[in-house]
Amino acid sequence: MAFRSMLKDYHSEARLFRRRAYVAMGFTALLILGLSVRMTLLQVHEYKHYVTQSNDNRIQVRSLPPARGHILDRNGVVLAENQTTLSLVLIPEQIDDLDTTLHSLREIVAVSEDELQRFHKQRKRQRSFLPATLRYHLSDEEVARFESQRYRFPGVTVEAILSRNYPLGALTAHVIGYTGRINEDDLKALDEGRYRGSQFTGKTGIEREYEELLHGFPGESRIEANVVGRVLRELGRTPSQSGSDLHLTLDSRLQSIASEALGELKGAVVAIDPNNGEILALVSKPSFDPSQFVLGIPQKEYAALRDDPSRPLFDRALRGQYPPGSTIKPVMGLAGLARGVMDAQEQIDCHGKYQLPNSSLVFRDWKKQGHGPTDLNKSIVESCDVYYYELSRRLGVDRIHEFLGQFGLGQATGIDLPSEPNGLLPSREWKRITRNQPWYPGETLNIGIGQGFFMATPLQLAQMTAMLANHGKPIRPHLVLEGGEPPAPTLRPVVLPDSLWQPVIKGMEDVVHTRQGTANRIARGAKYRIAGKTGTAQVFSLGRDEEYDEEKIPENMRDHALFVAFAPAQQPQIAVAVLVENGGHGGATASPMARAVMDAWLLRPENRVALP
Amino acid sequence: MIWPRLNTGSALDSGGVDETRRRIPWSHRLHLDFPLLVGLLLLAAFGLMVLYSASGGSADMMERQLVRLLLAFGLMIAIAQLPPHWLKIITTTLFTAGIIMLVLVALFGVSSKGAQRWLDLGLFRFQPSEMMKLVIPMMVALYLADKQLPPQPSRLLIATAMIVIPVLLIAKQPDLGTSLLIASSGFFVLFLAGLPWRVMGVLGALAAAALPALWAVMKPYQKQRVLTFLDPEQDPLGSGYHIIQSKIAIGSGGLFGKGWMEGTQSQLSFLPERHTDFIFAVLAEEFGFMGVLLLFALYLFLIWRALSIAMQAQETYTRLLAGALAMTFFIFFFVNVGMVSGILPVVGLPLPLVSYGGTAMVTTLIGFGVLMSIHTHRKLLDT
Repeated sequence: MAFRSMLKDYHSEARLFRRRAYVAMGFTALLILGLSVRMTLLQVHEYKHYVTQSNDNRIQVRSLPPARGHILDRNGVVLAENQTTLSLVLIPEQIDDLDTTLHSLREIVAVSEDELQRFHKQRKRQRSFLPATLRYHLSDEEVARFESQRYRFPGVTVEAILSRNYPLGALTAHVIGYTGRINEDDLKALDEGRYRGSQFTGKTGIEREYEELLHGFPGESRIEANVVGRVLRELGRTPSQSGSDLHLTLDSRLQSIASEALGELKGAVVAIDPNNGEILALVSKPSFDPSQFVLGIPQKEYAALRDDPSRPLFDRALRGQYPPGSTIKPVMGLAGLARGVMDAQEQIDCHGKYQLPNSSLVFRDWKKQGHGPTDLNKSIVESCDVYYYELSRRLGVDRIHEFLGQFGLGQATGIDLPSEPNGLLPSREWKRITRNQPWYPGETLNIGIGQGFFMATPLQLAQMTAMLANHGKPIRPHLVLEGGEPPAPTLRPVVLPDSLWQPVIKGMEDVVHTRQGTANRIARGAKYRIAGKTGTAQVFSLGRDEEYDEEKIPENMRDHALFVAFAPAQQPQIAVAVLVENGGHGGATASPMARAVMDAWLLRPENRVALP
Repeated sequence: MIWPRLNTGSALDSGGVDETRRRIPWSHRLHLDFPLLVGLLLLAAFGLMVLYSASGGSADMMERQLVRLLLAFGLMIAIAQLPPHWLKIITTTLFTAGIIMLVLVALFGVSSKGAQRWLDLGLFRFQPSEMMKLVIPMMVALYLADKQLPPQPSRLLIATAMIVIPVLLIAKQPDLGTSLLIASSGFFVLFLAGLPWRVMGVLGALAAAALPALWAVMKPYQKQRVLTFLDPEQDPLGSGYHIIQSKIAIGSGGLFGKGWMEGTQSQLSFLPERHTDFIFAVLAEEFGFMGVLLLFALYLFLIWRALSIAMQAQETYTRLLAGALAMTFFIFFFVNVGMVSGILPVVGLPLPLVSYGGTAMVTTLIGFGVLMSIHTHRKLLDT
């Protein structure tokens, strides 16, 4: 042993080392084999799993919002289209100092506080590598100014987006409505998948009603993005499907004539084709410029519109509910004939006043001295109230309610526009339910001349007139020309012998075409026969002994002027309802407007042949 | 057969023997080992290719890495010219200096990222632990080779202390990864020197018992690493991110890979530290399992060649030294690949000769220079 410690045993040392080195070789080989097994597991066995994860990492799907369908009138005139607007867009992630950048940007481009707030809202809602819009609708000058100083603003770009343009502006604002930025309420109602990437949705009018058709379907762009989300290249795309174009029944020329006819007055004009229910014109005035809503209206401007006493945002034609006044008298007269309580020849003596038996309540005729002996024809021509007081008494509220209801009064017409009201055709039941009161006989008389609780929209009056023109054939007012059949009417036909329709329609013709007629002024120069009926809706209730004096009453308390008409009387092609708020007597104010619209429609060059 | 101890001076120096001269390959005349050289050059070339892709085609990085490689290969060749006994002289010095510097680092070191590893020497910062990766196995080999193997228990104890003291100092920095690496390469020298199997068994049992204690003294970030290793999904965007992305890169490479420069995980920056510690994942993603096998084959070839050089060495010292270098090289490779593929915790450790960076490359190639020196300075007795 001592020797061994002195003189090393090289042989055994070498052998020992050789053994150990072989063990080490085996050990390294074993561990590398272990690593290879690990690699097989990752790269062969779990390959699919990791490929999926790798693709999830790099491939992002971006939605390609579809182009919205256009809206055209019946002649192909564009009412709503898409336009490119340039917006200033910021990608917060790429901006070091957002406050400074915003401050400097506002020196170049006008940005209101509203817009700034909206920007911050959007920015906080989404991930920081997604763009947020600071300003829409940049002017050329602003774009040029920004581009020249672009180097100062990394992460800020000018982006083109498609937004809505309404070439006719205020003229079609109520019918077409407008699109606006999708807000949180919209998001709840909309299908998230279809609206991914979309900024706008229809808010009112046709834009809202036909959102489903107009919007289209988004496409997809599969893009490769790096770890911070920056887009590197497109791997493929499914193009978006544009929304369908909508062809309306509306005639923009007629619309514009109706609008001009109303002039500066507040009111509504509805023109409808009685043969099929196509709405030819639907005008409400005053109106507004829909384009200011498209990219977000500043709070102040919106408040100004909303609080304007003339209520420009309110669609009077569709949603305005007014007492129909004497415009319902032809239908009342027809009810008398149909229910056999009156025949066309029976004369009621009119002294300008009417009293129910056993009642001291006096119901006045609009003509203080009375109309004298009045039959159905005269009652319509001169709009005798006393005749209808008596007729109403004979019919009673229940039969009035039932008969007038057949003409669509008291229920929404079902037109393809959102938020249509029902109007109000009162009944015993209605009064019991809403007011918990019995029906008083006197109220029946008020209903009979279209006053009292009675409320109808101009659209309902146009529908009623169209049904008169059709001898009871119902139509469903609609705005969209869908290939082929008009939509099925919600009303049932009013089936009565021709002998009952004729005296009523004759009475309406005589309103226009006889000297005594309340609308005889529009007969002059008419190349076709017009059947019409004037009306006056009371806004302000007079005291029992007071007399209506237009001059003494403030303008906003003056009566609304109404006129309904159809033409040509025997082969109707158009039915019109006109309402002029505070316009006084229907014959004077409203009837010329109806004539202008009917002229424009019936005398259009391509219709010459069709006129009898 | 007992090989007599011989004086210095090689067969080459004696000269005049034409037959011998003819049989000695040209590489030996330059003190280079041809198989090792080819293996290293192939590995370096493969590494450069992967690095070019990992850096996103950065010519700048390539240039710097190439310069480093040239310098490191130059250093390797230079060291190969020196007879291995020359190392005996500096090993003790370097070891002593290393220990002193580790103490200095512990006292005055420059902190970076919560760890004190650097010694600021005015002109440059020096990381003593990096040097110790080579010096400790060399020192242990030197010490143990002095006496008959297998070593006596007392010598074994001293050798263990030579490993444990610097390892503890490095662990204290804290640099757990490096300290464990050095501990294991030190252990391999003990093993090659004939550490009895039963002692290894006892040591293994002790190490297992010491694990809870180790856990107790670990820094929070070290604990986090271990936890992350055990369950990377626990914190996918935080500490587990590296491993998850690295596994995705490797796994999605499949059998044949996505193609050079086509790895989406690496090219789109999902893979962190892709040109340094995680470069193996880039390789696995772009060259697939086949590329991985090629790399493994290269490493295995180099390691076995180094071990066979150790076996052919004529002295205990050179044998142990060569074996220690071979095993150190292996451990570096194994720990890096194990960490990147998720079977070992993440320790900041480059893949030798492939990762971007100079220090580890120089250390590695110095090691191979020594191996070549050992092999080419043998006395060709048996011819």
